[in-house]
Amino acid sequence: MKSKISAGRILVYVLITLGGIFMLLPFLWMISTSFKTQPEAIRIPPTWIPLHPTLNAYIEVWQKVHFPRYIYVSIITTVFTLLGVLITSILAAYAFSWFEFKGRETLFVSILSLMMIPIPVYVVPLFILVQRLGWIDTFYALIVPWSVNIFSIFLLRQHFRSVPKDLYDAAVIDGCSRLRFLFTILMPLTKPAIVTIAIFSIIGSWNAFMWPLMVTNADRMRPIQVGLAYFAQGETTNYPALMAASAIAILPLIILFFVAQRQIVESYARSGLKE
Amino acid sequence: MKRYIAPFLLLLPALTLLLVFKVLPIIYAFRLSFYDWGIAGEKGFLGLGNYISLFKDPFFWQALINTFYYAIFTVPLNLIFSLTIAILLNRGIKAIGLYRTIYFLPVVTSIVAVSVVWKWLYDPNRGLFNFFLTSLGFSPLKWLEEPKGIFEMITGLRLPYILKGPSLALFSISLMSVWKSLGYNIIIFLAGLKNIPQVYYEAAKIDGAGPFYSFRNVTLPLLSPTTFYVTIMTTIISFQVFAPIWTMTGPPPGGPLGTTSVIVYYLYQKGFEEYHVGYGSAIAFVFFLIILAITIFQKTYLEKKVYYEV
Repeated sequence: MKSKISAGRILVYVLITLGGIFMLLPFLWMISTSFKTQPEAIRIPPTWIPLHPTLNAYIEVWQKVHFPRYIYVSIITTVFTLLGVLITSILAAYAFSWFEFKGRETLFVSILSLMMIPIPVYVVPLFILVQRLGWIDTFYALIVPWSVNIFSIFLLRQHFRSVPKDLYDAAVIDGCSRLRFLFTILMPLTKPAIVTIAIFSIIGSWNAFMWPLMVTNADRMRPIQVGLAYFAQGETTNYPALMAASAIAILPLIILFFVAQRQIVESYARSGLKE
Repeated sequence: MKRYIAPFLLLLPALTLLLVFKVLPIIYAFRLSFYDWGIAGEKGFLGLGNYISLFKDPFFWQALINTFYYAIFTVPLNLIFSLTIAILLNRGIKAIGLYRTIYFLPVVTSIVAVSVVWKWLYDPNRGLFNFFLTSLGFSPLKWLEEPKGIFEMITGLRLPYILKGPSLALFSISLMSVWKSLGYNIIIFLAGLKNIPQVYYEAAKIDGAGPFYSFRNVTLPLLSPTTFYVTIMTTIISFQVFAPIWTMTGPPPGGPLGTTSVIVYYLYQKGFEEYHVGYGSAIAFVFFLIILAITIFQKTYLEKKVYYEV
């Protein structure tokens, strides 16, 4: 009986390990190629460990192409979009959960229904609007339209609502204002949800592609993903440089992922649960 | 009156942004789809003119068929693999955290970087995938440069257009997307599996049920709300594929022979690159109606099979 179980167990491990190797393979190949010279990169049979490891590809990408500038643009965009999303979501969620006013539910449901409309549907008119505002090649275009996120408002509202009303009554007796109640009681109590919306915002901004592609013409205003895509279009066969550039583009989020792994995985899991 | 001031002020930032950068463009898109609006600006009301041209546009139909092919392959492959892996991971695996991390890693990586890396893996001359194929004695494939349909390639027959299947180029992008977003669905399935009370499995076991029987009669029905959610989300996301087309195919993107031109790419090409804003908006609305129809279809058809209450 026992041996039958362990045979099945071994099969499970073999399967998930093979799957895992396949999941890692593109990353390993990216890293391996990025440390190679061009002749070694296109050598057949390929080598997994570079014979003559070199940092040339990274130096090339860093110095010849504007990667430091792309990263700067991405960081600014990510940080300010995050701030915007946090401010708009926290305030709106607070109004929707702790204030009574006429038409509250109707307004909330209307906003939620907007979530059903995918970005490509209105991206061209949005582009025209931003163009008329004179925002092409500015940070405004990259940041402002995405500083509000309906899902974040929804998620926070659900969490704010779950906080017991007694806490508010107790706080009021202690002379606590409504704004102070939000900052000193509600927000600390719903920290996991706030972390979740922050994580989604950071990942979304860093990886955004279609919109920044549309609103940036000048090379100096390109965020990293757009810079990488154009670089890849120009340098189709310089494989070490392409892989080094890709590695640079994903590195910050990989670091974030390893630092806040549990929170990130839980955030994604939470996003799928029916409330 | 005073009661309204506080919530109004709190809602002001979010509502202003939503109104200006979402509601307004949506209304604008709908209006523009009835106008002849090109590089020279607005030229007049067309009524349903753009929609009629769209109906006659072979490139639009090609993009539409490609998008359906893409979704029809990406969604089931993703579901089968993610459910299988989630079930395997749910069997009290040691180091589950490590495996979960590995499977999840592509989800947080950018689609552009992933596309650049996979284009190199798919390289017809020097790519790793062809090296594996030739090492195993198979002939190399052209992957992203192959316009032939996959059914055409498998059967070796000259099939009519609609039966050819997606080009190998489009199918290659499909495979990459499955790899990229598998981890998200695994996490959702794992959460769903954890919610199935262990007593049902025990009861099934007492009744003499084998693992297959309990999978079919306990796991699948009780997991159906999760499966339902995952199916809808993966479908909607598949219909919006854009970045890999721009990054991996061509030049020009959408190639070879337009077999990877999908609806959002076509919309981008017409509405943005060629600046036929009216025409692009008509594409956008057809695209929206299709997504809406699929969601409603899945809701009415699939939801019947969902067991919400145990």
